[in-house]
Formats: sequence, structure tokens, C-alpha cells
Amino acid sequence: MDNQDKPHVLSYSQLAGVLIILLALTGVTVGVSYVHMGFLNVPIALAIACLKVSFVLLFFMHLKYEGPVIVLSLIGTVSFLMIMIGFTFWDVAFR
Amino acid sequence: MRSEIDRVGLKIGMWLFLYSEIILFGGLFVLYAAYFHKHPASFAVGGKELNRVIGALNTVVLLLSSFTVAASITAIQKGSRKLTIGFLIFSIFCGFIFLVNKYFEWGAKIHHGIYPNSETLVNGEPGLNIFFGLYYVITGLHGLHIIIGMVLLSISLALVLAGKIDGSRFSMLDNSGLYWHLVDLIWIFVFPLFYLVL
Repeated sequence: MDNQDKPHVLSYSQLAGVLIILLALTGVTVGVSYVHMGFLNVPIALAIACLKVSFVLLFFMHLKYEGPVIVLSLIGTVSFLMIMIGFTFWDVAFR
Repeated sequence: MRSEIDRVGLKIGMWLFLYSEIILFGGLFVLYAAYFHKHPASFAVGGKELNRVIGALNTVVLLLSSFTVAASITAIQKGSRKLTIGFLIFSIFCGFIFLVNKYFEWGAKIHHGIYPNSETLVNGEPGLNIFFGLYYVITGLHGLHIIIGMVLLSISLALVLAGKIDGSRFSMLDNSGLYWHLVDLIWIFVFPLFYLVL
């Protein structure tokens, strides 16, 4: 007996679509890196990286179809990470 | 007696482990941020030494392998065993290509006297020494994760070949896949931070 409904199956075309988006975003981030924007370089590169990571998490790692336990605990981990990186950097930058 | 498989429980366990990995690499990124703030000029000089082409190539290789790992899980659920095996072999091969690229990349650096505790770094700018220290620790730890990921995928492949993983019980493959995607996730941040923004 199964203790849950049949797991959701992603189609090949769905996965291929995600792959194409990820490769395109890689192209964008490499292309943008040749444009010198001074201070904005890091935030833009990180924003594109976050977008790519969201696609990997939602589709390749199946997060879009998971229950609340995994989704909420991941959000908790990421929040902790942001506090850890944010507050440490804040301390270093404005000491 | 039938034993029940708690698929959700197995998955939650894997995610808990992945959270600890996220925090592990997060700590290293904190170090990167703090030292980048302290030595921006040296980091820029160090970043220019890294080969963007190899970095971009490795990004593509990892994204491609992440896709084939995800596709292998779709294949096993649809019952096409041969396709699963093909996708897994390709993914492991991608991991191997990644490591070969890394070998050439590190080899070129070491050839130029850039390695931990080398004369050039110890007697040079402190910021540059820190940059390459972080570079070797982060990419080295990431490379170790690639090797572990390849081992996990190989075990899954062996279990598929032995018929122990099939459309009704594939948690081992699922969890190995999650691990492989995490390794990909980390690289998505390592690549711009070391190769692009500087």
C-alpha cells in the first residue's frame, strides 16, 4: 500500500524547456560580465544566479510539487542563510 | 508481510542533509564576501587569472548533467529502464568531464606557481593569497562533492542494472539526483563569484 498519491512525473519536454532557460541565463550572465557596470556587477550576477537556482529547485529538484514540510523547511534554511551572510557582512562593512 | 516504503520520509531526510550542505558552503561564501570587501583590488587581479571559458564550459556540463539526472528519474517512473541507464551513464560521464576540466584548470595555476603556500602567493599581496586560498578551498570542496555525487549516481546505476530500483521504488535514485542538483546549485553561485564579477 502506498502512503501517498502517485508522485508527480515531469515530462521530458518540460525538463528540456528548463534546461534551455538555464543555458540561456548562463549566456546572459557571461555576456553581462563583459559590460563594466562597477558597483552593479555583483548584484546583477547574483540576481541571475538566484533566478537559475530557482529553476533548478522548482523543476529539477521537484520542489514545485512537494508538500509543505520540504518547502517550508527550505525557506527556513534560506532565511537563516540570508541572516548569516547579511548580518556578518553588515558587521564587516560598517564596523 | 509487506514492508511499506515511506517515500516522503526518505525525501525529507535527504533534504535535511542538503540543508547542512547549504550552510557549509554558505559559511565559505561569508568568508568570500568579507574578504572581497577588504581586498577588492587583489580579488579583481586574482579573478582575471581565472579562465572564463573553462568556467562557462563546466557550467554547461553541470546543467546538462542535471537535466539528464532529472530525465532519468522521469524515465524510471515511466518504466523505460534502458533510457534511465543511458541518462545515468551520460550524467556520470559529465561529472568526469567536469573533473578533467578542473584538472587542467588547477594544473595551469599550479604551473604558474599559484597554489596554497606557494612562493608567489606567500611573498605576494596578502589579498591575492586569500583569494586563491578561497578559490582552492571552495572549488576543491565542490570537486569533492562532484566525486561523491558520481559515486552515488554509480550506485544508483548499479541498482537499476540489478533491478533493485524500478518504477515503484526509486528513492535511492531520487535522493542521489537531489544531491547532484545541489552540487549544480552551488556551482551556479561559484561560477559568477569567481569567474565573472571580478
